[in-house]
Amino acid sequence: MTAIPDTVRPSRRVSIRGLNFALLIFVVLYAMIAVLQPNYLEAGLFMNFLRRAAPLVILACGQLYVILSGGFDLSMGAVVTLVVLAASMLIGGDPAMTWPVIVALYAMGLAVGLANGAIVAFLKVPSIIATLGTMLLVNGLALAWSGGAPRGDLPDNFRNLGRLVLRDVPLVGTLPVAVIILVGATLLAGWGLHRTAYGKRLLAVGDNPRAAELAGVPVKPTRISAFVVSALAAVTAGILIGGFSGVSVNAGRGLELQAIAACVIGGAQLLGGRGSVAGALFGSLSLFALFTLLNLLGLPQALRDSLQGVILIAAVGASVLRHRRST
Amino acid sequence: MTDVATSHDAPASPTAVAPLLTLRGISKSFPGVRALDDVSLEIYPGQVTALIGENGAGKSTLVKILTGIYQPDAGEIAIDGRPVEFGSPHRAAQQGITAIHQETVLFDEISVAENIHLGHAPRTRLGLIDWGAIRGGARKVLASMGAGHIAPETRLKELSIANKHLVGVARALSIDARIVIMDEPTAALSYKEIGELFTLIEMLKADGKGILFISHKFDEIYRISDRYAVFRDGQKVGAGMLPETPQAEIVKMMVGRSVDQIFPKHVAAPGETVLKVEDLSHPTEFDGIDFELRRGEILGFYGLVGAGRSEVMQALFGLTRPSRGSIVLDGQAITPQSPADAVNAGIVYVPEERGKQGVVIGLPIFENVSLPSLKRTSLHGVLRLKEEFDLARAYTERLDLRASSLSQDVGTLSGGNQQKVVIAKWLATGPKVIILDEPTKGIDIGSKAAVHQFMGELVAQGLAVIMVSSELPEVMGMSDRIVVMREGRMVTTLENKDLSAEALVSAAAGIRGEDA
Ligand SMILES: Nc1ncnc2c1ncn2[C@@H]1O[C@H](COP(=O)(O)OP(=O)(O)OP(=O)(O)O)[C@@H](O)[C@H]1O
Ligand SMILES: [Mg+2]
Repeated sequence: MTAIPDTVRPSRRVSIRGLNFALLIFVVLYAMIAVLQPNYLEAGLFMNFLRRAAPLVILACGQLYVILSGGFDLSMGAVVTLVVLAASMLIGGDPAMTWPVIVALYAMGLAVGLANGAIVAFLKVPSIIATLGTMLLVNGLALAWSGGAPRGDLPDNFRNLGRLVLRDVPLVGTLPVAVIILVGATLLAGWGLHRTAYGKRLLAVGDNPRAAELAGVPVKPTRISAFVVSALAAVTAGILIGGFSGVSVNAGRGLELQAIAACVIGGAQLLGGRGSVAGALFGSLSLFALFTLLNLLGLPQALRDSLQGVILIAAVGASVLRHRRST
Repeated sequence: MTDVATSHDAPASPTAVAPLLTLRGISKSFPGVRALDDVSLEIYPGQVTALIGENGAGKSTLVKILTGIYQPDAGEIAIDGRPVEFGSPHRAAQQGITAIHQETVLFDEISVAENIHLGHAPRTRLGLIDWGAIRGGARKVLASMGAGHIAPETRLKELSIANKHLVGVARALSIDARIVIMDEPTAALSYKEIGELFTLIEMLKADGKGILFISHKFDEIYRISDRYAVFRDGQKVGAGMLPETPQAEIVKMMVGRSVDQIFPKHVAAPGETVLKVEDLSHPTEFDGIDFELRRGEILGFYGLVGAGRSEVMQALFGLTRPSRGSIVLDGQAITPQSPADAVNAGIVYVPEERGKQGVVIGLPIFENVSLPSLKRTSLHGVLRLKEEFDLARAYTERLDLRASSLSQDVGTLSGGNQQKVVIAKWLATGPKVIILDEPTKGIDIGSKAAVHQFMGELVAQGLAVIMVSSELPEVMGMSDRIVVMREGRMVTTLENKDLSAEALVSAAAGIRGEDA
């Protein structure tokens, strides 16, 4: 090997390997679904599949920012629950309130994200502990506020964000609003991470915070911003979930772990530095395809929960192995 | 090239000692690179074999194979003529091989003694860890290398880089091994510690141990080695006995051309003062530092390891708070609170510990280079790929970086090439003042000339350079003036004219000389 060859053209590779892996799993799982239920191959049912997977994809994109910065956000599920409960109580069935309340929901998310980030960046509490704390806190507050039995209803214009399906769209036939939001959110997350100076600083902070600091990267604000992105993603997901599942005190249960698992399946390296939005997208779709498959096979909910634990461990284990082999 | 060497091979062993370790046909590939290609090598008992080669030639890869970290794709290893296999680092240690790695693998949060004995801790009869023996053993091995000043109880993170490095050496020696491998063991040490390390190597030789010694410094190689082997692009291109083979011949084997070792004498026409430091002091590390730096000047900082040079530089870069004193940049007093402040003001610092503080191993070369210059290579926060590539290419090429492409992850580069990425990254910010801490540590002789050449050109364009270096020829060859520090204080500032090496060394060591 001599000096750097001149022929190499500039290219920005996203971690192809993780992406391929997740894409492969998704294709295999979806094929299995299609074997059981051939009509899943119709455009309409595929769109419906995407619609229901949308919250998980959005959560995974947010979680990815935190994972790449070197942390975890365990409070995402609690934020989803808060969003669903707060929406039902604040809107109180009045469609005119929908938009002002959505603004208020994002403000709440912003507050949670800033709190998470500040605790991690300034108090130097490990993020897994810090966000576990906010998770309990937010969950507790949401339940106390709703009195355990949520009052109020979600008006149609709110619920439409999650469940309205546009008909007679050229090319795809039907197009759920949630899928539009999914595409928009994924593109935005991918652009922010892979195309901006901010995204690169975030990766550097997660990989080698000391080197990043010496390079003049504002480490603390960058860390905090990742938690804000994650919380805002959780609010978005919460709005969609409220739309198609309605109000429930369990709305966000376990979603944070699903989001982490999705990122890892998509090739993100826990504790930071490596990962891509495309990977997180296919990681979430794989996970959701698996849940769908288990549903079709008629597995009880309790077993699904344990299986999710197995997958999380397997995905992390596989990513550690993959990483070790590559060095 | 090979024929040059074989002529030395034949009359090599008059006493006909059998090799302790034999490697035959070792090959190892990484994606896109053939790091080792059919390499054979012998290590003899009671002798030092120097392994020489450019950055990226495959030296560290060989070390990692010998210590069970990597598995070879092909080839065999034999000890005393018996084939062995190292499935893991633990197996290699059991077979009597120990190594001081180029990037020392130690743990910051535990004590010196524990670091030394990690993985081979002495046990009590009950099978529990024998803490007394750990501390005693650590004290003994440290004392034997003249590093008795390091207390076994201290936590590793409290030590300076040089001392950490000594702990790494102690760790290797605490394993009772027959073969000791040293991958650039002197890179972080000053001549005093190097002297002690060499005494130790002589002791190991007398004990009949086989030693493999990797270094880019020829004076050391000639001082300590009995044999040499030269690697180039993963192949062995020559081997023979040492004092007999002239340096020029070895350098030619190694880089394929002769290298001018003369330092590029830039025309010293220093302009106005850029940086003025007055009475800069720190509660524990240094006291009363005064100096001026002019545009187009290289100011050398010389001293023993632990003289406080790096600590002064860290204060200039906003990493530590001085207790007193002023820093004036371009006529304006500054008090950098963070590296970001310093970078914005136009002062950058290339730290000595480049692994932990320099590179982001998961990012490709070009993204590492552009990291501190993102404001310039992006437009309203959006990255511009071409700008980044151009910037990275411009600087890495001048520093003679060897890589398969600019998109290669920095973590997969050889040690010396990682150093070049870090230097490129800082030069690319276009600073007013650049502080280089041991700029050519771990860099091969050919690239070193390229780095010095580039430094000379930048200075000619008006950059002001502070160069901390423990390497005498570098300090004396490159600096216009030299500040000598000892124990946190400035001893003297010398014009670099008709200066003798002795004068510099005795000033640094505190020996009253006729000229200090
Ligand atoms: N884990 C890895 N993945 C990919 N390539 C690697 C890896 N480790 C080493 N290489 C490549 O193998 C080659 C040999 O590297 P090695 O570290 O052995 O060089 P070296 O001779 O020790 O150089 P230096 O003097 O700079 O330390 C280099 O081209 C390097 O980029
Ligand atoms: Mg090396």
